[in-house]
Amino acid sequence: MSTAVASERPVNPVEPFLRTDRMPHIWCPGCGIGTTVNCFARALVESKQPLDKVAIVSGIGCTGRVAGYVKLDSFHTTHGRAIPFATGLKLANPGLSVVVYSGDGDLIAIGGNHFIHAARRNADIKVICVNNFIYGMTGGQVAPTTPVGATATTSPYGSYERPFNLPYLAESSGAVYVARWTAFHVRHIAHSMAEAFSKKGFCFIEIIAPCPTLYQRRNRLGDGLDTMKLYKQRSVIKNGASTRDLDVGLQGEIVVGKFVDIERPTLQQNMEQQLRQTLKDRFAGLGGA
Amino acid sequence: MPEAPAVARGRKFRGSVFIDWDRCKGCGFCIEFCPPKVLQFSDKFNTHGYHPPHLANEAACTGCDLCGLYCPDFAIFGVRIPLETEKTEADPAKS
Repeated sequence: MSTAVASERPVNPVEPFLRTDRMPHIWCPGCGIGTTVNCFARALVESKQPLDKVAIVSGIGCTGRVAGYVKLDSFHTTHGRAIPFATGLKLANPGLSVVVYSGDGDLIAIGGNHFIHAARRNADIKVICVNNFIYGMTGGQVAPTTPVGATATTSPYGSYERPFNLPYLAESSGAVYVARWTAFHVRHIAHSMAEAFSKKGFCFIEIIAPCPTLYQRRNRLGDGLDTMKLYKQRSVIKNGASTRDLDVGLQGEIVVGKFVDIERPTLQQNMEQQLRQTLKDRFAGLGGA
Repeated sequence: MPEAPAVARGRKFRGSVFIDWDRCKGCGFCIEFCPPKVLQFSDKFNTHGYHPPHLANEAACTGCDLCGLYCPDFAIFGVRIPLETEKTEADPAKS
């Protein structure tokens, strides 16, 4: 071993953000979720967020485990209900930075309704969606993001359903910040997350990540490392591209970048304004820390 | 093997990596995406039966910590260790 031996071993920069007693985590070798957690930790450092003012909410699924591994105020909600919980958390305690960290199945399928309505109302939450194109934890069933032609346990002859284009869905529902990266673009993800922390309103970051055990294996796309190399070749950075053209296929290019960055009054601002206008002197303010 | 950039370019630090041997799951992300390609799979197994990486070319490591950013298992990170010459220069200034 030629690893350096220092008098005192430095600490991994991610370690202060992790519940190390719960390591090693459950994610498979070659899974991209751990990489996104690294980026998240870097983003917290970059955006200089006070850690006791950051809350992280997850739903169910592989990505839903993030809330359990990150040493922040965290909540592991029921399936698909991360966004309503986070909306309530933010309204009750406006001083918090609320992050929803979940997978495509949890956010877009089971919680799809909450997703579009939180974006419509512009709830001030940051939504990080790790998209692996499949229901990972339950055994690889077809998800609303599975590309046409992809094999899954419930589509042995190939999926024939048109998948969601997540950035388009988020933008048309009313999100103020929409970006998409793959797990290969680590620095971009960290920068995007830090940018979302500085924004008010519904921020959505889609991260395309490999699921080597179910999606890649069934579709003969190799292991996690092969997929990361493929992301490097296939992805094209087009900042500000029209979200309409961002469909991801089984093959072909993956358009990544920051697509939407606008300003719009948030749910809380609208609520406060409306109540103040209607109740006038009787309005006591929304309160909270 | 590439030349040792830390020495050749007159850097005031040397790069190195620290590996949490038993946390690694052998995905190979750090080895593939290391910019100077200084990491290689080790011949030995860890307790879970994976081959963790080892620093094959320490002189070329820049300590950029990109391996740490990619590692999904939080098992590796890069550091920049100030060279002795810098320490001796810096110490009188502190006192």
